[in-house]
Amino acid sequence: MHARHIRKERLIGWMFASCGTLSICVTLGIIAVLFWETIHFFHVVPLNEFLFGTKWTPLFSEKKFGILPLIAGTLLIASIAMIFALPLGLLIAIFLREYAPPRLRRLLKPVLEILAGIPTIVYGYFALLTVTPVLQKIIPSLAGFNALSPGIVMSIMILPLMISLSEDAIHAVPEHLRAAAYALGSTRLQVIFRVVLPSAMSGIVSACILSVSRAIGETMLVTVAAGMRPTFTMNPLVPVQTITAYIVQVSLGDTPTGTLEYSSIFAVAFVLFVGTFVLNIIAQKLRHSFRFSYA
Amino acid sequence: MHKFADRMFITLSLAALMFTLLMLFALLVDVFVDGVTRLNGQFLTSFPSRKPEEAGILAALVGSVSLITLTAAIAVPLGVGSAVYLEQYAKRSRFNALMDINIGTLAGVPSIIYGLLGLALFVRVLALDRSLISGALTLSLLILPIIIIASREAIRVVPTSLQDGAFAIGATRSQVIRRIVFPLALPGILTGIILALSRAIGETAPLIAIGALTYIAFLPDSLSSPFTAMPIQIFNWVSRPQEAFHANAAAGIILLLAITLLFNAVAICTRNHFYKISAHCS
Amino acid sequence: MTHALEIRNLHIYYNSFHAVKGISITIPTNTITAIIGPSGCGKSSFLRVINRMNDLVPHARILGEVFFRGVNIYDPSVCEIDLRRRMGMVFQKPNPFPFSIFDNVAFGLRIQNRRDKVFLQERVEESLRRCALWDEVRDRLHQSAYELSGGQQQRLCIARALAVYPDVLLLDEPCASLDPKATKRIEELLQKLKEEITIVIVTHNMQQARRISDYAAFFHSGELVEWGTSAEIFDYPKKQLTQEYTQGLFG
Repeated sequence: MHARHIRKERLIGWMFASCGTLSICVTLGIIAVLFWETIHFFHVVPLNEFLFGTKWTPLFSEKKFGILPLIAGTLLIASIAMIFALPLGLLIAIFLREYAPPRLRRLLKPVLEILAGIPTIVYGYFALLTVTPVLQKIIPSLAGFNALSPGIVMSIMILPLMISLSEDAIHAVPEHLRAAAYALGSTRLQVIFRVVLPSAMSGIVSACILSVSRAIGETMLVTVAAGMRPTFTMNPLVPVQTITAYIVQVSLGDTPTGTLEYSSIFAVAFVLFVGTFVLNIIAQKLRHSFRFSYA
Repeated sequence: MHKFADRMFITLSLAALMFTLLMLFALLVDVFVDGVTRLNGQFLTSFPSRKPEEAGILAALVGSVSLITLTAAIAVPLGVGSAVYLEQYAKRSRFNALMDINIGTLAGVPSIIYGLLGLALFVRVLALDRSLISGALTLSLLILPIIIIASREAIRVVPTSLQDGAFAIGATRSQVIRRIVFPLALPGILTGIILALSRAIGETAPLIAIGALTYIAFLPDSLSSPFTAMPIQIFNWVSRPQEAFHANAAAGIILLLAITLLFNAVAICTRNHFYKISAHCS
Repeated sequence: MTHALEIRNLHIYYNSFHAVKGISITIPTNTITAIIGPSGCGKSSFLRVINRMNDLVPHARILGEVFFRGVNIYDPSVCEIDLRRRMGMVFQKPNPFPFSIFDNVAFGLRIQNRRDKVFLQERVEESLRRCALWDEVRDRLHQSAYELSGGQQQRLCIARALAVYPDVLLLDEPCASLDPKATKRIEELLQKLKEEITIVIVTHNMQQARRISDYAAFFHSGELVEWGTSAEIFDYPKKQLTQEYTQGLFG
């Protein structure tokens, strides 16, 4: 009886353990794959040119590998998205947690969750075929592919994430802090802006960082609507290319292994990975701090 | 005076909320109007074509269904098993803290990067080529963190007192997992799985990165056959200059949205049901 | 008189916290032994050492020997699963599983791969009868255990433990969340059960310990201050501390 128990239990334990360590393997796999091809890339392209060059023309006959235009495109669209998503998201989160009657909140939460589930290619369609034509009527100089329209649509795309994370942060502020402020004669707005928001600050900053990280990594929306022209610009009216869109562009062609174009998508992906990784770690640390500061 | 500022704030917030919801509503109506006339029997049963009015979504629809079935078969046991390990076996807190960060980070890795992992690992190194199985493996890795996080949360809320009760009567660890933890965590785990799969259905970028084809005039018949999927087909139609193809894209989007919304609705209902049960237990 | 359990020089550590400090005690067969003492004195830890539930606590370290029928249960050759199948445990808060009443009582048998329906039915009925619960639930065996009252749930948990015919029943403040009437029923039940089973009960309630126990042990800050027959402990304590505690001067 004894030995049989132990053998069976040990077998089952090992089975679960092998599943449990898989996710570490995935992380290591991602790093290894990106690293491997990136090293190939830097055998040919000097790091200096890659990091500080302002021309990205890997598909031209005269190849230039300066990543700045891709980074500019990525950050431009992410900034446009955040300009809209940050105030809207925060406002809606405060409203839902501090003002909305519970019934409205119960109704809106699932709606927001469903919105978060809309595939990103759908937002690409919206940006290219619905929003851009409308914007062109307002701004006649707007190009058919541009950063503005995908930026605006992306703000709607990341709003559910922004709202639910900020709402969590606001919700984590203990009731007794609010009670103390009310007892001193604060109005509701004073309670929100002087007590609740400052207390929830690390959580809200964390929500913003995660939203930015999400915006930077978004692929289909920008591939469809922002154009495929790497431009070192902060002008939202002209076509740009993001890091993710470049990877898609190369993937769509049939690029053989071992070529410089093939390695280049891993090199830019490495930059993207490091960027989102750092943002995610910071956001997780901040979230951790707001979760435990009231314990 | 105090009340006035309050009311202003409420008005402003409501305006923000309404603006967002209305904008989304307008976009959805727009795509519906564009696509609803194309959504007919011919569209559902035809292969892609150079003539927009003869093109259909059959290959992509079957491709997506096969892809998701395979993905579920791979990712669900691995993800749930991983969650069980982390919550029931790995008690060393430092290892668990490391895993928390690791899984949280993985969940935030852009999907296109999973595509590159799939391209290098499955397509090239394992030489599985641009096949259905490569696609399913790639999507499995992508949704693995989502399943793990949801399952861990579901397992964590199973009351310790019930597990202790089973241990005290002489149940082994695996018996406790099978007879107590699993049945109680199941609704929560299911919710996570459905949400993860709904995410997988809509993923485009990683499939493009591993080189899924956009023009396929046959149905996938084995794990190693080439495939396309609905979002890829939609992407293909959106990127074409002719407006007639855009109507096809809109029709495809209606179908894709219907499927993902259905998945999400089922997930939310499962979870709401679950909350009632767990409130009853504690 | 035979001893069901003999504990020699038991120490329990949680990380660096020394919860139980060198306790030695014997527990006679077919009696009720009450473990009393203020909270944090190590009595629950002590109970959880007897059926090795403490194995499940990370960072718990146990030194010393616990003999159950002459065998040291911390010997590497002893399987804690088999051990727990010979000892029932009842917890402070009733913890029936979210199954039917029948499935709750049959749980311990089923995990030992007893699947014979007739056998299960007989054993479930017998266990419920021993806990004086049969008449109250005979018509609703297949309804959820959560529909029972708190006291009924606790008796169900005792029935669940009894179904596998344990030699020892360990109870960790089983009446802490029950009203006086439900408490009385459980006490009567234990009095009856001790004819067949060795019972160790941890309790906060001095009156309860005095009412039901044959032997009593007083723990304080992880040390065994005094143990003996209940009469000795409650009426003629040798130590000042014991007297102060049993008379309710602190606790």
